[in-house]
Amino acid sequence: MEFFKYTRTYNFMGKSKFAMIFSIILVLSSFVLLMTKGLNYGVDFAGGTIVQVKYDKTAPIDTMREKLKSNELFSGASITEFGSPDEVVIRMKTTTSNITVDIGDITREALKGTGNYEIRRVDIVGPVVGAELKEKGIMSLILATIGILIYVAFRFEWRFAVASIIALVHDITIALGAITLVGLDVNLDVLAALLTILGYSLNDTIIVFDRIREGVTENKNTSLFDSINESVTRTLPRTTLTSLTTFFVVFTLFMFGGEIIHAFAFTLLVGVIVGTYSSVFVASPILLKFGFSVKDYHQKLAKKAKREAEKERMRSQYESGTL
Amino acid sequence: MQSQESTRMKLNYRIVIFALAIVFGLIFSAPSLFNLNEGKKITLGLDLQGGLHMLLGVKTEEATKSKIKSIAASIKFYTNKNDILIDSLSFDGENISFILLDSDDEVQMREHFAKTEGLNVVVEEELFSLSLTPEEVINTEEEAITQAIETIRNRLDQFGLTEPVVARQGAEKILVQLAGIKTQEEEQRARELISRAAKLEFMAVDEKRAARVSVMTDEDAAEYDDVILEDAANPEKKYLIKEIPILDGGMLTDANVGFDQNNRPVINFSLNAEGAEIFGDFTGKNVGNRLAIVLDGKVYSAPNINERIGGGSGQISGDYTVMEAKDLAIALRSGALLAPVYMMEKRSVGPSLGADSIKASLVALVGGFVLVIIFMMVYYRAAGVIANIALIANLLIILAVMSLFGATLTLPGMAGIVLTVGMAVDANVIISERIRELLYEGKSMHKAIEDGYSNAMRAILDANITTLIAAVVLYAYGTGAIKGFAVTISIGILASMLTAILGTHGIYQMLESKIQKSKNNRFWFGIKD
Repeated sequence: MEFFKYTRTYNFMGKSKFAMIFSIILVLSSFVLLMTKGLNYGVDFAGGTIVQVKYDKTAPIDTMREKLKSNELFSGASITEFGSPDEVVIRMKTTTSNITVDIGDITREALKGTGNYEIRRVDIVGPVVGAELKEKGIMSLILATIGILIYVAFRFEWRFAVASIIALVHDITIALGAITLVGLDVNLDVLAALLTILGYSLNDTIIVFDRIREGVTENKNTSLFDSINESVTRTLPRTTLTSLTTFFVVFTLFMFGGEIIHAFAFTLLVGVIVGTYSSVFVASPILLKFGFSVKDYHQKLAKKAKREAEKERMRSQYESGTL
Repeated sequence: MQSQESTRMKLNYRIVIFALAIVFGLIFSAPSLFNLNEGKKITLGLDLQGGLHMLLGVKTEEATKSKIKSIAASIKFYTNKNDILIDSLSFDGENISFILLDSDDEVQMREHFAKTEGLNVVVEEELFSLSLTPEEVINTEEEAITQAIETIRNRLDQFGLTEPVVARQGAEKILVQLAGIKTQEEEQRARELISRAAKLEFMAVDEKRAARVSVMTDEDAAEYDDVILEDAANPEKKYLIKEIPILDGGMLTDANVGFDQNNRPVINFSLNAEGAEIFGDFTGKNVGNRLAIVLDGKVYSAPNINERIGGGSGQISGDYTVMEAKDLAIALRSGALLAPVYMMEKRSVGPSLGADSIKASLVALVGGFVLVIIFMMVYYRAAGVIANIALIANLLIILAVMSLFGATLTLPGMAGIVLTVGMAVDANVIISERIRELLYEGKSMHKAIEDGYSNAMRAILDANITTLIAAVVLYAYGTGAIKGFAVTISIGILASMLTAILGTHGIYQMLESKIQKSKNNRFWFGIKD
């Protein structure tokens, strides 16, 4: 089976203007969403408490609300359904530091008389730990980006590195925009998903860039424009296929992975789609815009080859004892 | 290639390594896969098997305070014993002061203090001021943390759960992980045991003023160097107690649950030789007075001293159940916490939720896996089957490596495996596409395969290394369950280099003569001949 004809080269770069406009609209609207609605930090980063309660029948949310009014500690608590009508999650901004009787125990007591229930999960993140996790989370995103930037600059060229980072920022921004739009809680799992997108999207971009590098090295005369078109077309089956298989698994995770993994799977789902799109329509056109010069690259390669040859000559001279 | 053996399968080093890797994968993943009794298994994370994860902080300043307090107690004991007269012995959080009535004793007192390390002694005429040196404060705080870890570990070891984790995290946090907790009530019991100060003190009741306790405030009591403590069973009942204890639980050698004449649980304890001596001394001198047994700031009992009590053993009675008495005995045996601990983070998952998570992630894993396998076979035919063999080998190796290192599988870790399934076929997709291209260009089968692999190699390496960079950062900065995700992703990537690149290359080389003979590109690579 084949999705694309081998003999045809698609003119992606010719249509890159539309893609650019589309991307800019998406990124800008994500920014607007992030500015106005803002990210909804979950307990991991904001600190607070989550209590997950499962009833043996439909959860009596109104009665629960009534009961929770009894204690100052629960002021501002929100109760929402979690996966099924039997199960709810109580979110609170408050935490307790007492080990023996914590806010989870107090909730358990307060809910007495609302029916048969089981407390299935209690997450308490104190303000200090929340702030630490946030700091660590931001650091990890920055560090991963820098690490990748250095690697790509080292293996390719700085323009490749910058183009791939712009594509990454594009992907992460849109993913964050989607999270904001849906109103998901941003917790550690979402951060993990974002880092995965970072790796995944770059994966795609690098496969395309590798082809461009190869095309540029082998054909001196082809213009960068044609070279990129050719490379994107040649890698298109691979891009489509890998995206499809990854999409399959992420989609099953999203559908059947359960409520807890929902935010993680959603973020990945958006990331896979945007990441695939960006490697073709964002990273490569930017490389073109940056004026990556095929000629300069060849000169650089030639210089490098010359240096190698020089080294080799010296070595052989040294070995044969003439030096 | 010689024509007479053109259809024979040829062994090569790649296929041998691949076969060994599969055998390795099978052997070491078997205990986890089939839940065998022997061999190392993957541990399920607390989010999958249910359990309690806590980060605790230590109030180290309290340790310094109580050190000051115990030095004050020792001064009192020492001066009493050696008939040295002092007055106005008092202390706050940082300093102790007293007045030495007879200056002839100064040399002896100084010599006594010289024995205690880290003590700053200032003497102005007859007024002694003592404080801890800054180094000693740091030492004390450090000791409070290590002692808390040690003590909590001791207590949990006796609690009866399998393999509790108690470890230091960062400079001053304590990580506690308990698996196998069934109910919220059991969890609360464990938490109570962890946080209990278990500070046992034997204190003297201030008999001179005891009658007035009901009308005294804490400030009034402080003027006489007394404290007002309440009864453990009846908070309304107050005792006026001498602030400086006679001795504390540090001299306890054993504590066990016993029963009194009414068959109520009590705790029998014994003291070490030094404690027994102090205890005997005090009771000998205070016949007719009351001795308060104070635990964590509450008076459990205050019996009259009828005679000198030697031997250094006694009983703590209180209004508790057998279970509570047992936990209390454990806490007393493990020793008191030098400083109180408090909760900074808690994650608690019930076993039923863990089971649900396992079920859900398995459905996702199997579902995703089957979809990918079918898709690869339809799209690439035989090449797809070969890629699928690599994929299965990859999964086996992930499980084997995790089992071998006793790694923890968490819910995000499961997601990582699911994701690996999607991404591991990537290498084979890249390779197969390269081979297809070369075949279209009219290259020979041998050249198409060899060049296909070498052309694809650079891209696969670069792509995998960047993903690995992200995973390593995630591991270094991630916490708890998220680390599990980084682990499975990293192992998955590394394993895919072995299975998807080396393994499949080996299979092609082995089958090469067959492929060449058949000349059926549709069958082998899913393209037109």
